[in-house]
Amino acid sequence: MAVVFDKPHALCDVPTHYCPGCTHGIIHRLVAEVMDELGIEGNSVGVFPVGCSVLAYNYFECDMVGAPHGRAPAVATGVKRARPDSVVFTYQGDGDLAAIGTCETVHAAARGENITVIFVNNTIYGMTGGQMAPTTMPGQVTQTTPYGREPEIQGYPVKMCEMLSTLEGTALAQRVSVDNPAHIREAKKAIKKAFENQINKKGFSIVEVLSTCPTNWGMSPVDALERVRTEMIPYFPLGVYKDEAVWNKEEKAD
Amino acid sequence: MERVLMKGNEALAEAAIRAGCKCFFAYPITPQTEVAAYLAKNMKKRDITFLQAESEIAAVNMVLGASSAGVRTMTSSSSPGISLKSEGVSYIAGSDLPAVIVNVQRGGPGLGSIQPSQSDYWQATKALGHGDFQLIVFAPASVQETVDMTIRAFEEADRYRMPVMILTDGFLGQMMEPVSFSDEAPVIEEKDWACSGHKGERKHNIINSLFLQPDDLEHSVNERYKRYDIIKEKIHDAEIYKCEDADIVLAAYGTTARVAKSAVNQAREKGIKAGLFRPKTLWPFPVEEFRSACANAKTVLSVEMSQGQMVEDLRLALDCRLPVEFYGRHGGNIPSPAEVLEQIEKISERSL
Repeated sequence: MAVVFDKPHALCDVPTHYCPGCTHGIIHRLVAEVMDELGIEGNSVGVFPVGCSVLAYNYFECDMVGAPHGRAPAVATGVKRARPDSVVFTYQGDGDLAAIGTCETVHAAARGENITVIFVNNTIYGMTGGQMAPTTMPGQVTQTTPYGREPEIQGYPVKMCEMLSTLEGTALAQRVSVDNPAHIREAKKAIKKAFENQINKKGFSIVEVLSTCPTNWGMSPVDALERVRTEMIPYFPLGVYKDEAVWNKEEKAD
Repeated sequence: MERVLMKGNEALAEAAIRAGCKCFFAYPITPQTEVAAYLAKNMKKRDITFLQAESEIAAVNMVLGASSAGVRTMTSSSSPGISLKSEGVSYIAGSDLPAVIVNVQRGGPGLGSIQPSQSDYWQATKALGHGDFQLIVFAPASVQETVDMTIRAFEEADRYRMPVMILTDGFLGQMMEPVSFSDEAPVIEEKDWACSGHKGERKHNIINSLFLQPDDLEHSVNERYKRYDIIKEKIHDAEIYKCEDADIVLAAYGTTARVAKSAVNQAREKGIKAGLFRPKTLWPFPVEEFRSACANAKTVLSVEMSQGQMVEDLRLALDCRLPVEFYGRHGGNIPSPAEVLEQIEKISERSL
């Protein structure tokens, strides 16, 4: 019988700890499919963060290194500089990448560090029980904004792709979503490009994936996907914010 | 072997290259400046990667990454910067990764001063970060010893898969002395635990310090402490100078040991039986060496550029059998031999 659907090799054959309806599973699968298609699993090193995806080392078949909270881009820099021929990626959430790790993220991008960053933005700290994240939207209720995020008090969300697109070292900054099949296909293309950029030594590539947190949003998985469409996408517009292969280090050396 | 005149910091950097350090990450801070400058100058011709990080925190995490990838790696800083690195050092220890961390100490707390100090003794030997872990701590007292200990630090870090600190200070880092380097190439074993891609030849390697099950974390820490027991047996070193008949044993490491040695010689000229115990390893503390140095002593005098952070270790090593007195200057001040001699004379007069 012809196999029409299978588990990617780069994805471990284990149950995950993610909550029902969480879109981490989809994003993991996309990363694994891309590793399979590019044939890079054996050459890849993934850097897992602190947050919901802290257990990602159990889910990817490639070598995996754990970073302190927010430091994944620095850890990935260390791996990449030590082994320039490896394919190095980080997988980080919004609290990790856009709050405690902003400095590491911005400077890895500014350096044109030749790594791939998968940034999962679900506008909340999931692992610690649903606190306000740097991407929590105005009005959004969380454990630490029980009356909704008030910009006069808690300030405004950080839009990472927009910000990173201003840096010369950024090769790709693209925001995608996994709320429907068409968006999932688009997300996979972006993730693939972010890995191909690294293989082609084009510099820092980040794919921001709008994701859900049904548990901490207090929604059913279906309602959570609807929130992505009706609230998040209008505020965090999908699209390519930067796609300029300006940083081919080998060409530069010549 | 050729002898050259070098600054302590530059000699340390040269030793790191010769030890096979492949990746060096640092953030600018005084007085470790020359370590980074020397490596930056040499990176292109000597096959070493130097990257100036955006912060101390980033630098130590780049070390974590490079070490995970299986290469010898180092970061250097001075006291306030080491505080920032403490998070990363804890993760490096918790992930069982080798790394060399250099602290060219300056005054604290806070921004303190940029002058030499020894006020990070506690930080280095007791608590450089959260959790149950230790670093091996080497304390050189000359430029030559800085070189020798740097090379040893890389070897021990690899052997025991743990962070090793070279605890020097602004005085040792900035002063020049003749130094020689061995031409021996380092012997670096392949690290089968490293994360550099499994190439389809093995299961994936994982570098991790997370253990959510209490029994697993307890087991992991216990295993590490079994290694520490071996280290305590194998790595402890001290210089014992004129202690055989000494009534007063001075205890000092690094810069202050040089001062104390001068004071011991001056005391001897005055007929006072003084000696010097100089720990070269601060963790593990050379307990047996100290006990034998104190075999005939009546008093111990700790001489430090701090408020006396080593005193407790001295008392513990002796089970409080002898009085341990203290003389120190700090804030960037270095005690003079005359000041130390005055203390020796006071103790000597009192006991007559």
